[in-house]
Amino acid sequence: MKIIVCVKQVPDTSGKVAVNPDGTLNRASMATITNPDDLNAVEAALTLKEQTGAEVVVVSMGPPPAEGMLREVIARGADRAVLVSAREFGGSDTYATSQILAAAINKIGVGEEDIVMCGRQAIDGDTAQVGPQIAEKLGLPQVSYAAEITKEGRTLTIKRMLEDGYMTIKVNTPCLITCIKELNAPRYMSVGGIFECYEKPYEVFDYNTLKDDPLIDSTTIGLKGSPTNIFKSFTPPQKGAGMMLEGADKDTCDKLAGILAAKHLI
Amino acid sequence: MSTFNSADIAAFNGGVWVFCEQRQGTMMPTSFELISEGRKLADELGTKLYGILLGHNIEGIAKELGGYGADGVYVCDHPLLENYTTDGYTKVICDTVMEYKPEVMLIGATNIGRDLGPRCAARLHTGLCADCTHLDIDVPKYKQFLRESSTLAPAMIDGIPEEDRNLKMTRPAFGGHLMATIICPRFRPAMATVRPGVMKKAEFDQAKADACELIKPTIALTENDMETQVVEVVKAAKKLVDLIGADVVVSVGRGISKDVQGGIKLAEELAAELGGVVGGSRATIDSGWLSADHQVGQTGKTVHPKIYVALGISGAIQHKAGMQDSECIIAVNKSETAPIFEIADYGICGDLFKVTPMLIEAIKAAKAAK
Repeated sequence: MKIIVCVKQVPDTSGKVAVNPDGTLNRASMATITNPDDLNAVEAALTLKEQTGAEVVVVSMGPPPAEGMLREVIARGADRAVLVSAREFGGSDTYATSQILAAAINKIGVGEEDIVMCGRQAIDGDTAQVGPQIAEKLGLPQVSYAAEITKEGRTLTIKRMLEDGYMTIKVNTPCLITCIKELNAPRYMSVGGIFECYEKPYEVFDYNTLKDDPLIDSTTIGLKGSPTNIFKSFTPPQKGAGMMLEGADKDTCDKLAGILAAKHLI
Repeated sequence: MSTFNSADIAAFNGGVWVFCEQRQGTMMPTSFELISEGRKLADELGTKLYGILLGHNIEGIAKELGGYGADGVYVCDHPLLENYTTDGYTKVICDTVMEYKPEVMLIGATNIGRDLGPRCAARLHTGLCADCTHLDIDVPKYKQFLRESSTLAPAMIDGIPEEDRNLKMTRPAFGGHLMATIICPRFRPAMATVRPGVMKKAEFDQAKADACELIKPTIALTENDMETQVVEVVKAAKKLVDLIGADVVVSVGRGISKDVQGGIKLAEELAAELGGVVGGSRATIDSGWLSADHQVGQTGKTVHPKIYVALGISGAIQHKAGMQDSECIIAVNKSETAPIFEIADYGICGDLFKVTPMLIEAIKAAKAAK
């Protein structure tokens, strides 16, 4: 049994975000982190590994420096890592990205008992599209927004969250699951893991590694193969600052209540 | 469906479609919002607007969609569609799309819509833009939107060619630091998921509802198509807070940390006085102070109430993305440099535990004086 986990290195958008004058993101000035939801997918895989002895393979598409993130995931307990990286893959939208990652997962191989896991969404785009699109490209059933996973034989029982409750879903392996933060609390790297993370297998899949997969076609990958294009990108204007009221006492509150009443807001 | 549908985008002339999500026979509010928005897009394209409704024994709720602007509804009724499954819904939607060929398809960005949309787009080989907050067809209207909502130079906006039938899908990226307008020029339908609560629901018109045409596509769905099995659907026991429908939202942030229960109680009292509900920043949800249904912001809900009160919320951009379009924003924060004051209509620099009780009294008095 094998669990393939997709992870992404993302700019840390929770801190100060730098924007270039042309409206693009100044990535160079920002710290990078492992996408938070992806760490829940890693943790779910490691939990299943402890229960079943499964092999955990972590895969990421990105530029060569993403190796550091993959080594960190090995230090958390993954068995091996694959970086999918090539100039031809650059500029891919979610559709094209899912084609490429599906080809990489095909190369790693999805057997009858295997599971593919992803985070629900990445904090740079917040689309939540790549997981389901990989599942479609691999022809696997998917369960997204997983908050609990139990496994018995080849059957997984998954608590899938909705805004107003949840569904319990049964699905057989092979399948793809997207994970949310309610699923678990990601473990840290272990000291032993850090020592070993450069010893464990690490591979790079480039264009040549994947080019024989029918999913890899110049019309379906990279910027040119992406169905969606960016028409314009821009920064929103700051809403004009309003009025700072003087003081923070009863008079201030009375004044505010008076304004709200005059504007018929109360 | 291995053949790409890009061969002839002109063949996709079947109008604008809205996936109308229902759960247990009740239409989700976002379906009405998207029908209302879809009406505008269909008018700009000079085409028709259809809903597509999936479920079992759901025909009775279809015509109401006409009252918000749908010319017709594709009603896909089948026992295997009783509960939402990715497999069943994707197959029926993709089959129906390939038969009737819509130009545009909108889906509410609910937990279900965000599961279904990408799977359908991948099967149809078309583009999907996630979590849109603004949609345009008409270029002059789009330019006006950019003039009001972007910092782009006027010359750059004026230079956009006016001949363009593409759906222009605008969404926040990088937690709201950037906005991007996405197009899908080579494939159809152009697909978008749209954030619930962002589009405004139109006035209901009974005559239009009565005139709404119901179409029943052929459904080729069997047990063999179903790879996931829904064992049960459980509604949350606790009544969830309706942030999106509320006229007033009083939200709390990290500022309540010194007395969490006391802070929430003050927010509840203020909300009760204003006729609203309590929300929270991501910090309050991550700390377990409030349940996830209270979260306002990029990863929570988008709200635009008449009054939004931010108590002890610093105003991270992710939070602002979910509330900055509120009509009147009131912020109380100890730090005068808190970013929330940059967008607040009225700011009070002070301790929320001292200010809020006085504000409640002042509002009571102002109401009594009316």
